[in-house]
Amino acid sequence: MSDAILNQAYDVQRVREDFPILARSVHARKGKPGKPLVYLDSGASAQKPRQVIQAMTRFLEEDYSNIHRGVHFLSQTATDQFEAVRAKVARFLNAPNDRCIVFTRSSTEAINLVASSYGRTFLNEGDEVILSIMEHHANIVPWQLLQAEKKIVIKVVPCDEFGVLDMDAYRDLLSDRTKLVAITHCSNVLGTVTPAKAIAKLAHEHGVPVLFDGSQAVVHGTVDVQDIDADFYVFTAHKLYGPTGLGVLYGKYDLLKKMPPYQGGGDMIESVTFEGTTFKAPPSRFEAGTPPITEVVGLGAAIDYVEALGRDAIAAHEHDLLQYATQQLSQVEGLRIVGTAPGKGPIVSFALEGVHPHDVGTIVDQYGVAVRVGRHCAEPLAERFGVGPTVRASFGLYNTREEADALVQSLQAVKEFFGA
Amino acid sequence: MMDDLRELYQEVILDHGKHPRNFRHPDDANREAKGENPMCGDRFMVYLTLKDGVVDDVAFQGRGCAISTASASMMTELVHGKTAAEAETLFHAFHELCTQDEPDIPEGIDDETMEKLMVMSGVRQFPVRVKCATLAWHAMNAALHGEASASSDQF
Repeated sequence: MSDAILNQAYDVQRVREDFPILARSVHARKGKPGKPLVYLDSGASAQKPRQVIQAMTRFLEEDYSNIHRGVHFLSQTATDQFEAVRAKVARFLNAPNDRCIVFTRSSTEAINLVASSYGRTFLNEGDEVILSIMEHHANIVPWQLLQAEKKIVIKVVPCDEFGVLDMDAYRDLLSDRTKLVAITHCSNVLGTVTPAKAIAKLAHEHGVPVLFDGSQAVVHGTVDVQDIDADFYVFTAHKLYGPTGLGVLYGKYDLLKKMPPYQGGGDMIESVTFEGTTFKAPPSRFEAGTPPITEVVGLGAAIDYVEALGRDAIAAHEHDLLQYATQQLSQVEGLRIVGTAPGKGPIVSFALEGVHPHDVGTIVDQYGVAVRVGRHCAEPLAERFGVGPTVRASFGLYNTREEADALVQSLQAVKEFFGA
Repeated sequence: MMDDLRELYQEVILDHGKHPRNFRHPDDANREAKGENPMCGDRFMVYLTLKDGVVDDVAFQGRGCAISTASASMMTELVHGKTAAEAETLFHAFHELCTQDEPDIPEGIDDETMEKLMVMSGVRQFPVRVKCATLAWHAMNAALHGEASASSDQF
């Protein structure tokens, strides 16, 4: 199906009605009306549709209790709903089964889990972990902690001036010393979608498992962990129109099975004595303590929501926005877009000549436009492009071309203000 | 709302932001401290030449937004020629002005200096920008106390 046909079917105004917050204005004061919110910061966290909010409210009002413990009615009801979402997440990623799905508190925790449990068990001094230059700090710092403890070596795959991952350099970095590859599936700064399948294939030729940070990728396209042949894949609920406080780790079961617990506590043990404790099989082994139960229910509703809209239809809509925004922004004099890789996600980072991003952010905010400014938790990448901090507009399934126009207009105001 | 913006970015701030004064590294500086805002990447070095307890020279270098650059530039003009104790008093006064609706200003600051300090106080309406305005001041204060750095995490 062509983009045009998909877009005709995609009624963004109806979609927007599902998101109560999008109807609000900002900076209203002293009887003066505010500016309509133009939310272009979904890359940091997406807004929530009524369907998610209501599913969580309904669960709390009608079915809430702790899970996996009680013999009572509600405990069973809540457990059933919680576990049904695990199965739903498995289908969402096309994981072979739901035992490969571990709920964590965030993508960050999911990566820390792998670094801590897999890394501390199977990596030793001199072993190498390959990351890329475009990693979020969440996929850098856990490995640095492991580096400090186990004296592993971190290797970094560079990217070219467009933000395309340098696959030749990656191939060269892979060696007998490589023990793990951990790379983003979609850069939160550049929007670059990395060739996950090729990355995994090359790693597997060296017998090396691969972790993908899919925090941005699952939002903007369909992910099939079996097709990619990912060994670990992580994402977070709150960027996928779901609640905060919940992440997902997918792991191949053979790997999860041989990994020790990450944290100790309730719900992850078979038996506890002071002489010793035996642990449950994954995924329970990695889910110590009471999980974010209501949030898991919310994630289930978020997945239902994006699947009902159609992930291809969403991707087509976002692609249209990206192209339109890129075109409009390119006409702003002195504006430089950072990251122009083919097939990128709907994320546009840019620098405006003569004006610091922080000042841009403050001024466009007065026009109701919410963007992210700074280094986007990816400091090494900012250095790579020699731009320091940037402004980032990230588009979601509810954004419109008019909002891209509003961004461009507010940038013109910035330029007037600074005489830039 | 645009009034707030104009108050934040007055002519004098835009001017100092574009053409910062004392943007250099003095050869005879005997104190220096780094000011860093890890959130946005703003980074300044503030250099002091203290002679007999007086700020004989003060300068800065680095990269930041219009607010932080202008504030650093104006700080150098205000602190120059002051005793270390007076410079610290100015730091506390400035910090109060940027963060408190009813600032508690230390005694002994002349009207002209107060007026210059007040220029940046519009930043109070923009809480996330307070750290920009106070960054170089914190670094200056750290340098006065012989500390190597000030991070906005600790402000």
